[in-house]
Amino acid sequence: MDTSLLFIQLLNGMQLGILLFLLSAGLTLTFGIMDFVNLSHGSLYMLGAFICASLTQLTGSFILAALLAIPLTALCGLIIELVVVRQLYSRHHLDHVLATFGLILCLDTLAEMIWGPAGIAIPLPAFLNGQVEVFSGVVIPTFRLLIITVGLTAAAGLYLLVNHTKIGMLIRAGASNRTMVGALGVDIKTLFTGVFALGAGLAGLAGLLVAPIAEASIGMGNEIIITTFVVIIIGGIGSMKGAFIAALLIGLIDTLGRSYLDDLFKLIMSSEAAETAAPAISAMLIYLLMAVILAIRPQGLFPAASR
Amino acid sequence: MTNLPLKKNISRHPAFWINTIALVLLAVVPPVLFISGQPFWLDVFTRLVILALAATALNLILGFGGLVSFGHAAYLGLGAYAVGIPVYHSLYGGMDSIASFNGFLHIGLAVGISALFALLTGAISLRTRGVNFIMITMAFGQMIFYAIVALENYGGDDGLTIDVRSEFPLISLDNPLTLYTVCYLSLLLVLLIVYRITRSRFGLTLQGARSNEQRMRSLGINCYRYQLIAFVISGAICGYAGFLLGNFTTFISPEMMDWTRSGELMFMVILGGAAFLLGPVFGAAVFILLEQLLREVTIHWHLPFGILLILSVLFFNGGLAGAVSRLRSFKNQ
Amino acid sequence: MNSSQQTILDVTDLCKRFGGVFATDHVNLSVLQGEVHALIGPNGAGKTTLISQLSGVLKPDSGKIVFNGKNMAGKPAHSFARAGLARSFQITSVFTEMTLLQNVALAVQANAGHAFSFWRDATTDNSLLEPAYEYLQTTGIAASANKPAAKVSHGERRQLEVAMALATEPSLLLLDEPMAGMGPEESGLMIEILQNLSGSKTILLIEHDMDAVFALADRISVLVYGKLIATGNKQEIQANPDVKSAYLGEDTDA
Repeated sequence: MDTSLLFIQLLNGMQLGILLFLLSAGLTLTFGIMDFVNLSHGSLYMLGAFICASLTQLTGSFILAALLAIPLTALCGLIIELVVVRQLYSRHHLDHVLATFGLILCLDTLAEMIWGPAGIAIPLPAFLNGQVEVFSGVVIPTFRLLIITVGLTAAAGLYLLVNHTKIGMLIRAGASNRTMVGALGVDIKTLFTGVFALGAGLAGLAGLLVAPIAEASIGMGNEIIITTFVVIIIGGIGSMKGAFIAALLIGLIDTLGRSYLDDLFKLIMSSEAAETAAPAISAMLIYLLMAVILAIRPQGLFPAASR
Repeated sequence: MTNLPLKKNISRHPAFWINTIALVLLAVVPPVLFISGQPFWLDVFTRLVILALAATALNLILGFGGLVSFGHAAYLGLGAYAVGIPVYHSLYGGMDSIASFNGFLHIGLAVGISALFALLTGAISLRTRGVNFIMITMAFGQMIFYAIVALENYGGDDGLTIDVRSEFPLISLDNPLTLYTVCYLSLLLVLLIVYRITRSRFGLTLQGARSNEQRMRSLGINCYRYQLIAFVISGAICGYAGFLLGNFTTFISPEMMDWTRSGELMFMVILGGAAFLLGPVFGAAVFILLEQLLREVTIHWHLPFGILLILSVLFFNGGLAGAVSRLRSFKNQ
Repeated sequence: MNSSQQTILDVTDLCKRFGGVFATDHVNLSVLQGEVHALIGPNGAGKTTLISQLSGVLKPDSGKIVFNGKNMAGKPAHSFARAGLARSFQITSVFTEMTLLQNVALAVQANAGHAFSFWRDATTDNSLLEPAYEYLQTTGIAASANKPAAKVSHGERRQLEVAMALATEPSLLLLDEPMAGMGPEESGLMIEILQNLSGSKTILLIEHDMDAVFALADRISVLVYGKLIATGNKQEIQANPDVKSAYLGEDTDA
C-alpha cells in the first residue's frame, strides 16, 4: 500500500470529519438544549456557501467574504428561530420535523430564485490555492490544511465556550435540566435564540469551507444532513464530545471505505465481483456502522446524562 | 350480563359518509376524465392512489402505532426496483433466477424484500424512541438510496427504464385504465386490511402502546414485538405500493427514495389526520392536487408549498380530521 | 394472621443506590397469601423506588425478589405482569383517549396471552367486553363505561387504575397510593372498593392516608430512608417506639 496516498486519504477523512463536526455541533446543541429537531440545518449550510460565493464576487476577497458570511448565516438562523422555530418548542417532535421540512422547501427554492439552479464556484486567492509539501513526497492542497485548522480551532473555541464560560454553564445546565435553568431566572428565550444562531453560524462556516472545493449548490445541505444525523446518533444525541469523536470516525471510515474497500474485497472475491460490491458496500458503510453501534448501545456512544 | 353498553351502527357517523363519497369519487371521476379525453388527469390520479396506498401503510405505524418512521420512501424504491431489476435481466441477460416479466414474481420480491428490510432495520430502530427513532429510520432509508446509486449496472444515479411492465394473466397493465383499476382496488384492499388490523387484538395492543407504553408493559405486554410486526407489515405494504409505482412510471431512479420523499409521505399522513383510516387518502389528495395546482402557477412551486406546510403545522394541528372535529366541537358549544 | 399462610412475595436484602445514597437499603419484606399488606413511610422514604423495583420498572442493584417461588429481580416489567403481579400507578396511567370499557378490555386482552390476532374484530368481542364490564362494576364505574378516560373525574380514573390491575387477574395486587389526590368522599368510596376485594385478593398497598391504612391493612411495614424499620399489625406498629419517633411522631399525613 502506498503510504503517502494513505496519508492523504487520512487527511481527507479528517477534513470530512471536521466539516461534519461543525454541522453536528449546532444540531446536537439545539437538540440537547431546546429538545428541537431541525431538519433544515443543512439549508443553513447551503446558505453559508451561497452567501460566501456572492460576497466573494462582490468584494473580490474570499477571506473577507467568509468573515462576513458567518454572521450573516447566523442572522438567517436568528430570523428562522424568531419566525418559525420559536413557536414549536412545546410541540411534539413530529411537528418539528414537518415544519423544518417545510423550511427546507422554502429555503432551497429561495436560494434557487436568488442564485439560480446551477452551482456557483468560489475562486480561491493564490496563497490558498497552492499545495504544501508536508514531508518528502507528500503534497497536499493548502486549502485542505486550512479547513482542518479552522475546524479544529472552532472545535477548541466551542469547547472553551461550553466548558469555561457562564453562557456555556447555562448551556450545559439547560441540556440536563431545562426547567431548572428557567427557574433560575435566566432569559431562556434569548438563550435559545442565541444557541440556534450559533448553530446556524457553525453550519454556515462548514458550508463556506466546502464551497471552494465542491461549489455552492442547491440541495447540498440535504445530502450532508443525513450523514450529520448518523454522526449525532452514533455520538449520542446532545453530546458535544460524542459528536466530535463520531464525526471524525465517520469522516475517516467513509473516506477510507471508498478508497480501499475494493482492494480489500479483491482479497476475498473475484475482482469483478469486488468492483460491483465495493461501491455499494462503501456507500452503506457508515449506516452499517451505525446499525452495529446502535445494536450494542441504543443511546449512542456517549449518551447525554438525562436521555 | 346482558346490558353491555356498546356504541354501534357506524353508518350513522358522518365520517362514514364522507369516506364513502370520497372512495366513490375516486372510483368514478378519473375513468370518466380519461374517457372524456383527459388522460393527463388519470395519470395524476393514478399517482395519487398509489401514494395514498403507501401513506395508508405508513399510517399504520405512524398514526396508530405512534412510531414516526422517516424512511418509508425506501420501501417504495425497493418495490419499484423489484420490478425493474428482473425486467432488466430478462431483457439483457444475467441473474437467470430472477429474470422474468412475471408480475407475481415482482410482487413477491417487492413485498418480501421490503418486509425483510423492515424486519432488519426495525429490529434495531425500535430499540430507540423519539428523535433517535426518527433519525435512525431516516438514515436507514438513505442507506438504500446510496446503495442503489452505487449499483451502476442498474443505472445508478441516472435511473433505470422499465421497458416491459409486469405481466399478468388476463389483464395488461399497459392499459392506463386497467392500471388505475388495479391501483384503486389495491387501495381498497389495503384500507380494509388496515381497518381490520386496527380493530383486532393486535391493533388494539399497538394503539395501547402508542397511548401509554409503560401501562402496556405493566399489563404484561412486550410492546417491542407488536411494534416490530406492525413495522414489517407497513414496510411490506409500502413495498407493494412501490411495485405499482414502478409499473406506473416505468422509469425508476434513486431519487424516488430520497429522504425528502419520505418526508412528503409523512406529511400526507399528518395532513389528512393521523390515526384516521382515510386520513392518508385525503392527505395524498390534497398534497397531489395542490402540487399540480401550484406547478401551473410557478416553477418555484416549492416555496408556496413549503410555506403552506409550515403554516399547517403551526395553525392546523391534527390535520384535516383534527380541524373537522375541532369545528364540530366548536359548533356544539 | 395465620402462620400457615404461604408467602407469595419474598423480598430479601434488596438494594438500590442512586449516586452514593441508598434509596433501598437492604430491604427484607414478605407478603402472605390473602393479606392486605400496607407499606407506609414519610415522604422521601423510598416507597416509589421500592415499588418500581417490585414491578420491574427499575432494576435493583442487588438482592432477591422471589414471587410465587421464582426470583424476578432484574426481569423486565412485562415479565412481572405476566407472572401475576399487577400494579396501579401513583400518577394515573391509563389510555386517556380510550373509553373506560376499552381500557379495561385491553387489560383483559393482555391477560388472555398474546394478541397476535390480526383480523377478528376485538372492539365488539364479548369475551373481552363482558369481563371488562364486570371489573368496571366491581370498581364502581360501570356507569361511565363509554366515556373516554380523559373526560371522567380524577376519582373515576383512580378507580379505573384498580379495575385495569384487577383485569389481569393478578395473584398480587400492587397499589401505589390509590387514594392520591382524592377528596374525602372519593377516598371513602375507594376504601369500600378495596375492602370488598380484601377477602379474595392479596394486596400490597402503598398509602399516605392513615385512616385508609388502618381500615384496610392486616399488616403494616414502615419504610424510612430506604430502610424497613418495622413490620407488624396495627397495634404493634402504633406501639413501636422507632416508628413513633421516625414517623408517627412527625406529621401523620406526611
